[in-house]
Amino acid sequence: MTQHRPSLPLVVAWLGLMGLLALTVATAYVPLGAVNAIIAIGIGIIKATLVAAIFMELRSRDALTLVFAGAGLFWLGILLWLGLMDFLTRA
Amino acid sequence: MRDLPAVAPQFASVGHRDETAELGMWVFIATEVLLFGGLLLAYFVYRHAYPQGFATGSRHTEIVIGTANTAILLTSSFLVAWAVEMFSAETRKLTAWLLAAAICLGLAFIALKGIEYHGEYEEHLVPGIDFEFKGDLANGVQLFFIFYFIATAIHALHMIIGIGLLAALALLCRNAPSSRHRAALHSAALYWHFVDIVWIFLFALIYLPGRSSS
Repeated sequence: MTQHRPSLPLVVAWLGLMGLLALTVATAYVPLGAVNAIIAIGIGIIKATLVAAIFMELRSRDALTLVFAGAGLFWLGILLWLGLMDFLTRA
Repeated sequence: MRDLPAVAPQFASVGHRDETAELGMWVFIATEVLLFGGLLLAYFVYRHAYPQGFATGSRHTEIVIGTANTAILLTSSFLVAWAVEMFSAETRKLTAWLLAAAICLGLAFIALKGIEYHGEYEEHLVPGIDFEFKGDLANGVQLFFIFYFIATAIHALHMIIGIGLLAALALLCRNAPSSRHRAALHSAALYWHFVDIVWIFLFALIYLPGRSSS
């Protein structure tokens, strides 16, 4: 029956995601000004990394797969960087 | 496990075929990242222009439903990852049951989303159909809800497609699991996890801003 159980990393990732969800909702109610948004997006990035590394199995993939998976993030970075530069730097 | 027919001539082996399928799925996901990336860009531009309106609009969303839906999606992703991990001819029934459970969670997500949309309609918060928010912040709140409805509707459409994919694979895996089905299940799982990641960010951007102020 052992092979029917989910592996430890899967269970830990799931519990970690639930904990991070509780944490992000709780901190949203703590008045921290602009830091609230940074915490919300930061926890989102940690959750997404957990899903990508454990559920999407990227932690056990070779460099080629990581390049393919990272390509989307690379272009997203350029889109947001060039797209937001004007609005965030305008006086 | 069955493995017929043999792999197409451009592939050296079954492993090569499956690896190529996985890379192809990542290319597709990259295009999806850019689809949602355009929405993210619009969100950040308008949140920057109307910070108060976005905070106020956010406080009008149902954080209980949003949080429940996040937990539901994360759990469904866990079940799908588990199904991929234990996929084999011997465990095909359990694989199909895990996928069925993930599908039920996906349907629960859609149902809760429907309840939420209905509540927003009753509160006259649907731009273009029935929007009646008064005051100085009306423009910003309306922009927030335009983003909210477009982003969550596109996400829900992805969910419905994902539910269809999982249902097809649950049937295939239950009846005749082969290495080909394993690769297909893996691709569908990557898609499902990606839709989950999109929701993680939509949740942070839609439900959480403005909660600490009144």
